[in-house]
Amino acid sequence: MLTVDDLMQGCGEWLQGKGRDNDIVISTRIRLARNLADFPFTSIASEAEQRQILDRVRDVIAASPFSEQLLYVPMEELSELDRQFLVERHLISRELAEGQGPKAVFIDHAERFSIMVNEEDHLRIQAMQSGFEPEPTWALINELDDYLGQKLVFAYHQEWGFLTACPTNVGTGMRVSVMLHLPASVIVKQIEQIFRSLEKLELVVRGLYGEGSQALGDFYQVSNQVTLGRSEGELIRKMLDVIPAIVGAERKARQFLLDEGSQRVHDRISRAYGVLKTAQIISSQETLECLSLVRMGVHLGLVKDISIPLLNELFLYTQPAHLQKVVGVEMDSADRNVERARFLKKKLGTAGPMG
Amino acid sequence: MKCQKCDRPATYHITELTGPTPVEVHLCEQHAQEYLGRGSEPSVEMTQVAEQMAQQLAKHMVVGQAAEEMKRLDQQACPYCGITFYKFRNQGRLGCPHDYEVFREQLEVLLANIHGDTPHKGKVSHHGPQASKIRTELIRLRREMREAVENEEYERASQLRDEIRRIESGEVS
Repeated sequence: MLTVDDLMQGCGEWLQGKGRDNDIVISTRIRLARNLADFPFTSIASEAEQRQILDRVRDVIAASPFSEQLLYVPMEELSELDRQFLVERHLISRELAEGQGPKAVFIDHAERFSIMVNEEDHLRIQAMQSGFEPEPTWALINELDDYLGQKLVFAYHQEWGFLTACPTNVGTGMRVSVMLHLPASVIVKQIEQIFRSLEKLELVVRGLYGEGSQALGDFYQVSNQVTLGRSEGELIRKMLDVIPAIVGAERKARQFLLDEGSQRVHDRISRAYGVLKTAQIISSQETLECLSLVRMGVHLGLVKDISIPLLNELFLYTQPAHLQKVVGVEMDSADRNVERARFLKKKLGTAGPMG
Repeated sequence: MKCQKCDRPATYHITELTGPTPVEVHLCEQHAQEYLGRGSEPSVEMTQVAEQMAQQLAKHMVVGQAAEEMKRLDQQACPYCGITFYKFRNQGRLGCPHDYEVFREQLEVLLANIHGDTPHKGKVSHHGPQASKIRTELIRLRREMREAVENEEYERASQLRDEIRRIESGEVS
């Protein structure tokens, strides 16, 4: 029987560093919002109704061909720390983590997909792959949705497609999100121009964890805004049209930095690497910013002694909940900043006798 | 540098890119958490919906008539799940699939505004719209049965129970 702690063995699918354009595209995620036709939406469903929804979904999944590869996690039994841990791995949303009552998530052991129950919608199915891979990600989630859609009667309308609690998701109920690492575009100040052009294309940009605003460590998520009147294929084609242009612009900006100010860029990257290797106290924000620069340095050939898989591991395991699970105790942010520095030194091989 | 909201040192330097021009915000860890938590996906969408709703409704109403019309509209409730238009307008979330019928007129405007005015394209539900509609009636029937039991109208309750079973047995195997 799998538990949440078993996930500690690795980084999951989306941080594998594989797939198309993986120097710039971290991951591709697709989620579908679905609701059972015969229950009120989650926000007004009673606890008993939510439990019935969960039981019905659980029965269907238990009888499915993919049940054996799934970890069933009822939220009610999960500590605050474990909830945060799953949010950091992008396996559940904040909404699910913060919710009360009968909510649960089914997690694929390879972390290629997860199915949230009683989130804003009864079902939030999501699939993810590392790199820019919208087509295989769609193939996987489409198969899951086909299976569930045969066994369950989803709320569906002739004109408006799949009905959702929030009218912004109605239609396909689909959101494709591509996570990009754009440090050079930020440095050469072309990022705002990129964002403005995306707006006209009905695409939105969010930060690393979907928050409305901030972009930690130059990571950005680009996703579709419109879900009605565009087929899944059209939404995916739009990504296939738009993302390579952003990737191209980032590559050009990186080349520009190398050509025009190679020494200055190299200096910034080396300093960031130095901070990670030697700091005694470091926040998760500063860690992300330094890792971001080092990651670009690896792809520019300026940093040669660290692998992308190790960098990805550091990205994930220096985040608050992961760090606390590694250390094995709950800590406040001041203690975490000390432990984070220690963890980085250990992983980067610079933990000497002085600690 | 000090946090903009207290005297602690600012350790988070955030560039807000959602407005017309980028704005820099400098905060301590605690206030940064608050700040970042505030803008989570659902609440952003919810405000958007609530705002758009208000704008659209305002556009379609003559001044003077608006207040009364709005009041009448706000009191409209879904006979299945009981949610009022007022509640939807404030939360940006609907109560059940039948709300799309009950508030159809208002939603048509809102959906055209959010998505453009085209009908759904793409994947079709395996069981289709009719099966969905019939199953959604269970929300109303179960509610009526609960009420019948509370009012000790047992004959009516058992009629309702039979009807519920009839629909449920049409369930997919």
